[in-house]
Amino acid sequence: MKLGFLVDLNLCMGCKGCEIACKVENEVPLSSWRLRVKYIDVGTFPQTTRNFTPLRCNHCENAPCVRICPVSALHYLENGIVNIDSNRCIGCAGCMMACPYGAIYMDPETNTADKCTYCAHRIESGMMPACVVACPVEANIFGDVDDATSHISRYIMEHQNNGGVQVRKPEKHTDPKHYYVGGGNQTLNPLAHERIEGYNLFNNVTHLDHVGDPNHSILDRFIGGGHGHYSNKSLADEKIGAKTKEHETQGGH
Amino acid sequence: MVEHTIEATKAVVTLDAAIPGIIWGWMITLNMWAKSIGTGVILIGAFLLYRHNKETMPNLRWLMPLISFVALNVFLLFTLVDLHQPLRMINIFLHPHWSSAITVGAWMASLFTGLITLLALIGGMNEHQDFQRHCKVANWARSNNELYEKIFPYVVFLAIPVTLYTAVIMAQSSARELWQAPTEMMQMLLAAFLAGSATLIFIADDWKVEARKDLALVLAVSTALGFMMYMGEYFFSYKSAEAEETLKYIHSGGAYSGEFWMAMIFGFLAPFFLAVSSIKEDNKTTLRFAAIIALVGLYLAKDVWLKIPQLLPLS
Ligand code: SF4
Ligand code: SF4
Ligand code: SF4
Repeated sequence: MKLGFLVDLNLCMGCKGCEIACKVENEVPLSSWRLRVKYIDVGTFPQTTRNFTPLRCNHCENAPCVRICPVSALHYLENGIVNIDSNRCIGCAGCMMACPYGAIYMDPETNTADKCTYCAHRIESGMMPACVVACPVEANIFGDVDDATSHISRYIMEHQNNGGVQVRKPEKHTDPKHYYVGGGNQTLNPLAHERIEGYNLFNNVTHLDHVGDPNHSILDRFIGGGHGHYSNKSLADEKIGAKTKEHETQGGH
Repeated sequence: MVEHTIEATKAVVTLDAAIPGIIWGWMITLNMWAKSIGTGVILIGAFLLYRHNKETMPNLRWLMPLISFVALNVFLLFTLVDLHQPLRMINIFLHPHWSSAITVGAWMASLFTGLITLLALIGGMNEHQDFQRHCKVANWARSNNELYEKIFPYVVFLAIPVTLYTAVIMAQSSARELWQAPTEMMQMLLAAFLAGSATLIFIADDWKVEARKDLALVLAVSTALGFMMYMGEYFFSYKSAEAEETLKYIHSGGAYSGEFWMAMIFGFLAPFFLAVSSIKEDNKTTLRFAAIIALVGLYLAKDVWLKIPQLLPLS
């Protein structure tokens, strides 16, 4: 058995139902995301299209995050899920550096790495992932890609001609088990679109000021003296010469 | 051309969540810098012992492992405090995952630090015979003086992978394509030569001139080669979209560009010329100055190189 995901971007209407369902189901803290739906506008007005791309962990068969984790906190389950044991994680952030999709975050409450687990706890009890259940247009398709008769396998087979089924960054040889139908370079390649300051969910914040608890280390506590602000310039900010503002709007940690 | 004027292919993110910025910051820079000193003094010390009679460098035997010991403890301290769960560091030893360069590195660095502690103890206690005369450990170290020379070759051998493994961690960081294993390995090795020679210059005042000139030579060669490698990486790392995008960003100016060029000019080029002049004419002050700016330059160069690939949006 090899569990996989497919999102049909032609069906997705960007309602963010999956995003919210995931946050609630997995108690994902503020300012952290296991799944986010990114809006990308393509073209020049009035010839523009708005595209919605849900982004979550790809549960790669050849996962760089699993390879780099020094304590096997990230590990494969028999059903193909790349799972994480937060009790073992030492918080080295190696996985955040290794994942080419930026799918991992440092939980500011537990100070351990976390990510989409394909809702492994729900799968165990025979339920579908929370984001699949919440999707009003059934754009999220989940199932066994090893089984040729499963819904997801049939969907892949039906759409596979002319590059109809894509994965993100295939050149990284991670062998993702998360597929897209209706995607393209402009929607799936983060370097093919610009991130402009001021049009984001948290206005004027494109990059988080911290990873996990900003004062996580003993030394930070010693010299930092509380939850101070430090700037995190980003490549995207620099492109348009904008400044990253304080992250007060996040209301997080 | 029409495709440039109408921007029909332009794509812009219009709604998204905030994405992480720098994940590994100054603590990791400091960690790499201190490790370069800790391993470098051993590698360069071994080179000097091979080339010169040890009587001409009397303090090398005990100061070399002592400096390495201090630097390695700084390295280990910052490795530990950078963890979000520092107390769980023990899991690396209880549940090691051998495909991870972090695991292999942590084991090798721990073994290396253990052996360096032993060398520092034996070297230090034999140098200072009156220190802690009734302490059992000190006396044990004094009575096992010959152990130093027995384990030293293994320590030198181990210093090489200990200095290199961070390059493998960087290589395992997919999508940070500016970091390629072969170049980063060479940079790590050159950083160790640079840091080792620069640090030993501070204890070389009473050594014979030839040994000091050797230090100046190593400093000159490592700064020159390090500079050339950075130039190659800075201008020609165009083999992947990610590396190209990272370079485009730093080429366009900004704080990291300033830091990088400051490191290159004051930390690599200037010490190179100063060291070359010290090879010709033994000038202790010039050599010390070259060593200081080279160490500062190395920190700045490592800092820029660590941070810029992390600014790339990955999704
Ligand atoms: S997408 Fe990232 S976090 Fe998920 S399995 Fe692949 S490498 Fe790991
Ligand atoms: S942060 Fe945790 S899960 Fe990630 S690599 Fe380190 S120990 Fe593994
Ligand atoms: S499968 Fe579960 S954890 Fe993953 S995105 Fe969906 S709801 Fe979130």
